[in-house]
Amino acid sequence: MSKKVLVLGEVRDGSLRNVSFEAVAAAKTVAEGGEVVGVLLGEAVQSLGAELIQSGADRVVVVENEKLKQYTSDGYSQALLAVIDQEKPESLVFGHTALGKDLSPRIAAKLSSGLISDATAVEVAGGNVVFTRPIYSGKAFEKKIVTDGLIFATVRPNNIAPLEKDESRSGEVSSLSVEIKDLRAIVKEVVRKASEGVDLSEAKVVISGGRGVKSAEGFAPLKELAAVLGGAIGASRGACDAEYCDYSLQIGQTGKVVTPDLYIACGISGAIQHLAGMSNSKVIVAINKDPEANIFKVADYGIVGDLFEVVPLLTEEFKKLKVHS
Amino acid sequence: MNIFVLMKRTFDTEEKIAISGGKINEDGAEFIINPYDEYAIEEAIQVRDANGGEVTVISVGNEEAEKQLRTALAMGADKAVLINTEDDVENGDQFTTAKILAEYLKDKNADLILGGNVAIDGGSGQVGPRVAELLNIPYVTTITKLEIDGTKATVTRDVEGDSEVIETSLPLLVTAQQGLNEPRYPSLPGIMKAKKKPLDELELDDLDLEEEDVEAKTKTIEIYLPPKKEAGKVLSGDLADQVKELVQLLHTEAKVV
Repeated sequence: MSKKVLVLGEVRDGSLRNVSFEAVAAAKTVAEGGEVVGVLLGEAVQSLGAELIQSGADRVVVVENEKLKQYTSDGYSQALLAVIDQEKPESLVFGHTALGKDLSPRIAAKLSSGLISDATAVEVAGGNVVFTRPIYSGKAFEKKIVTDGLIFATVRPNNIAPLEKDESRSGEVSSLSVEIKDLRAIVKEVVRKASEGVDLSEAKVVISGGRGVKSAEGFAPLKELAAVLGGAIGASRGACDAEYCDYSLQIGQTGKVVTPDLYIACGISGAIQHLAGMSNSKVIVAINKDPEANIFKVADYGIVGDLFEVVPLLTEEFKKLKVHS
Repeated sequence: MNIFVLMKRTFDTEEKIAISGGKINEDGAEFIINPYDEYAIEEAIQVRDANGGEVTVISVGNEEAEKQLRTALAMGADKAVLINTEDDVENGDQFTTAKILAEYLKDKNADLILGGNVAIDGGSGQVGPRVAELLNIPYVTTITKLEIDGTKATVTRDVEGDSEVIETSLPLLVTAQQGLNEPRYPSLPGIMKAKKKPLDELELDDLDLEEEDVEAKTKTIEIYLPPKKEAGKVLSGDLADQVKELVQLLHTEAKVV
């Protein structure tokens, strides 16, 4: 049955995040031929509407307001609820990002609806829209359906393939004016720590260090490798606890969950805690001195050796590869 | 201050996961306080110690959760409430849990409600914000710092590694992120005292809720384990050759670079 689906486009530093294109692709599946309507909220975001349409949305509704420049749950929910009230969709899809995680439960509570969070796949089967999502820190998966009301889901970055951009696609980008009032929680300051380099949760390549990096300086060769591969730096809890790096880099059960195309674990033993955050990566490479390290059990490729020897060699090899290709 | 903590008893995901009869096999598994909820309990105790008041820990679940509630009391919470849904709710979801919690909290005049930002078993992270919306109070998720001055609150939250400093006011709901504090272990005197602290048990009836009021909006139709990974390839030979081989494999076989 065809449905009208609203997709929230998420803007970061003036651009749409990749996860928004992935959410559009998910919405297309959910819509079963129905209309996919993109929603953009912000201070000046109208110009991004065309890109959302090129990536698969049929049209876009924009709410521009200076009070939406910075995400707040109060501001965004007022704007989004106004769009929902106008469009009356049968389904909503957001990215499972910091913003999506913060906003979606509130919208679901307001609309008395269910919400399927952190979906990694969506399909239509047996007349139902079926979402797949990891549970128990990725050690198991569940398939879930909505049994009553709105089909509302958030999708995990890097899991659902976006549609190929079609620059010939066009559609209406309309504005909705919404009065934003009574912001009860105000962002006073944003301290950027993680945004040097590539965003960890959306990175296609993650180079991660554990206790084996031995010091904060020990991350330097990993950073060089990350720079060559356009990747992000991550860490195990051990490295964070030892203060080699900030907790914002921690990957694991507590910490971030990442599913890049390539995960290179350097000097990480592979505690179950850490595996929970990265075991669903597409390809895992382990570099560790200890041939018995647990990380080799989940790795697709392993090199037994000192990361301080292996990583610089890898960087050189990848540089050569980049030159040739 | 009237402080409440939302606590979930969870399967320790460091346990091996097995499935039997279409469900996660819980036989003999270790159950714990959801680790993020431990941060919430610790923070609640610290806020109470600085500002006075009382900490009540609430859990929706079955009587097995008494053990984790007692642990919270042993850490230093003052009271515990178990909302036992075993007889009334067969398959709840986050809508169910949030509705029950909000119904309990609506006339409690809470100044501060804390929870974990996500539970490590279900991993949805919905219940905190849902409860705040149902109570019509502001919330801040994934917090790493909480400062309270009268009815003003300054909260630092983790946003994908960046930090936001947020100004808001009580009553407030916050969800804890790692780094908020270092949860204490219950002390022996704490464990002894906890045995005498009040632990009330309620059912839906006590909240004037009917089963259909809290009926889930979503349903799990299948649970499965990820396909077993084949053993990976550990390279051998001269280190420089191994590195060359690895780059070739990643390029031509795995096609990820």
